[in-house]
Amino acid sequence: MSRYRNNPGAVQALVRDREVHKDAYVDPEIFDLEMEQLFANTWVYVGHASQVPNKGDYVTTTVGTEPVVMVRHQDDSIRVLVNRCPHKGVKVAPEGCGSTGKFFRCPYHAWTFKTDGSLLSIPLKKGYDGVGFEQTEGATGMAAVRAVRVYRDFVFCRLNPEGIGFEDFFGDSLSTIDNMVDRSPEGRLQVAGGVLRYMHNCNWKMLVDNQTDTCHPMVAHESSAGTAVRVWNEAPPGTPKPMAVELFAPFMSPYEFFEKMGIRVWVNGHGHTGVSDSIHAAYSEVPGYWDQMVAAYGEQRARAILGDVRHNTVYFPNIMVKGPIQTLRLFKPIAVDRTLVESWTFRLVGAPDMLLERTLMYNRLINAPTSVVGHDDLEVYERAQEGLKARGRDWINVARLFDDAEHGQVNVATNGTNELQMRNQFRAWARFMTPLAAKGCGV
Amino acid sequence: MNTVTERQLTDFVYAEARLLDEQRFDDWLQLFADDGYYWMPLTPGQTDPRLQTSLLYEDKLLLRVRTERLGGARTFSQQPRSRCHHLLQAPAVEDIDNAAGLYRMRTSFHYVETRMDTQTLFAGWATHQLRAEAGALRIVLKRVDLVNCDAAFGNINLFM
Repeated sequence: MSRYRNNPGAVQALVRDREVHKDAYVDPEIFDLEMEQLFANTWVYVGHASQVPNKGDYVTTTVGTEPVVMVRHQDDSIRVLVNRCPHKGVKVAPEGCGSTGKFFRCPYHAWTFKTDGSLLSIPLKKGYDGVGFEQTEGATGMAAVRAVRVYRDFVFCRLNPEGIGFEDFFGDSLSTIDNMVDRSPEGRLQVAGGVLRYMHNCNWKMLVDNQTDTCHPMVAHESSAGTAVRVWNEAPPGTPKPMAVELFAPFMSPYEFFEKMGIRVWVNGHGHTGVSDSIHAAYSEVPGYWDQMVAAYGEQRARAILGDVRHNTVYFPNIMVKGPIQTLRLFKPIAVDRTLVESWTFRLVGAPDMLLERTLMYNRLINAPTSVVGHDDLEVYERAQEGLKARGRDWINVARLFDDAEHGQVNVATNGTNELQMRNQFRAWARFMTPLAAKGCGV
Repeated sequence: MNTVTERQLTDFVYAEARLLDEQRFDDWLQLFADDGYYWMPLTPGQTDPRLQTSLLYEDKLLLRVRTERLGGARTFSQQPRSRCHHLLQAPAVEDIDNAAGLYRMRTSFHYVETRMDTQTLFAGWATHQLRAEAGALRIVLKRVDLVNCDAAFGNINLFM
């Protein structure tokens, strides 16, 4: 029985002002609709240009559950192709990254495709003469995603050829990417360090919700960050504070700190925590970096860049960016109850190595499958995925600091413990889950 | 310290694994030199733990945070607790330098971690770099290379 397909009203009814229905997290049909609609109608992160520096370089990934390959074409532009041979459906590019030269070659029957997806050659081509091959899908080659945008080396695509424009979709939220890139004295980032891959048996939105959930660190992470602070306090006086303790300790900040640091939402489900302060604000200075920034930007501008210490920025639907610690987390939906979390890190080109070292340590301590912080997050997500099976309790609560006046309000900073960003995400979710949203925009 | 024999070195590796299986973490931490590290690389053959990401690269302070956390009243991901089992191949003594008091062993292992109804098998190689200190052997570096170190994992809660 189909409850939600062809029933947009039922999908819309899952999102109320202060509550979200559990089916958004546990219903396989909703998951399928998310892949067909939400992940096709929105601009989804694909990868970073530094992963494909030269012509012919490629990297495979997924957009929603769509297998794609991001490749640097011969004209130096970045293309996103559906990684599927039009002949028998084989994924043409192998998993991972590499260089394919001027064309892709399918490993099954050696059909070849230019790096813009167009069909280049078929062995024994005469077998298709006079058979009406040109009328088949196969003749068009590998499907190329038409809507691709590279913004300061961050590559996004919209699978649906029609729909909301890139600028309309992101609005003012691109300022977080700007800030992260500007933190390089050369204004350039490079993917560096390697990606941490962490499998979660829960719905992908639990991870997205968590990014701006400021009432959980002091509870869920008391065991890790709290223990780190306690062990450190037992160190002999005068011991220099280790980088790891500096990274862990702010997780134990009191509610008041998180209330004051603020939250701000933008259009279309984007938003961030850490408006005026954040857990990334008090890291030690890295020798030489300030001087490099002043030389590159002048003192006033350098101060403005480094003074913007945003905590977590959610780019709806499924990435989170931390500017001050150069991290991007990608929440890849696999099934309604399965999500692969990829945590990527960046080098600030031209900046001292110690910044990358700190970024990598943060990623390892917080985002690895071995992370004592990640363990407790995953535990609560998986318990929630199980708990939501309960009957007779159908709703998830997102009412904290709800205000009737918030509808349509964007770019306003408010109390950092407000669940406004979760509501913002779900309002956008409801819109982009319907085909109509492909043409519309707005809050 | 007197001359260390191969038997003493291989016994050390077995005893270390047993402490982990019995979850005697305070005793286990004592095996580490003050400047010791536990390292689980993220990529095969990784040489740099600083500017390349690892699954784990932790000094004694972080290892202590990790072990003290495991039994905490609010360590929710360890309620109920995980258990583990090491199956070791006979360690190969790769370096034995009694003059310098430095030793290195390589041990192939299968490691099982369980929690509730789930049992997860890991396989790899452990490299122990030891130093003789005041009559005892101490770990300077324990490096754990998983055969699938770059795979996507769920929680890895204990030590291999």
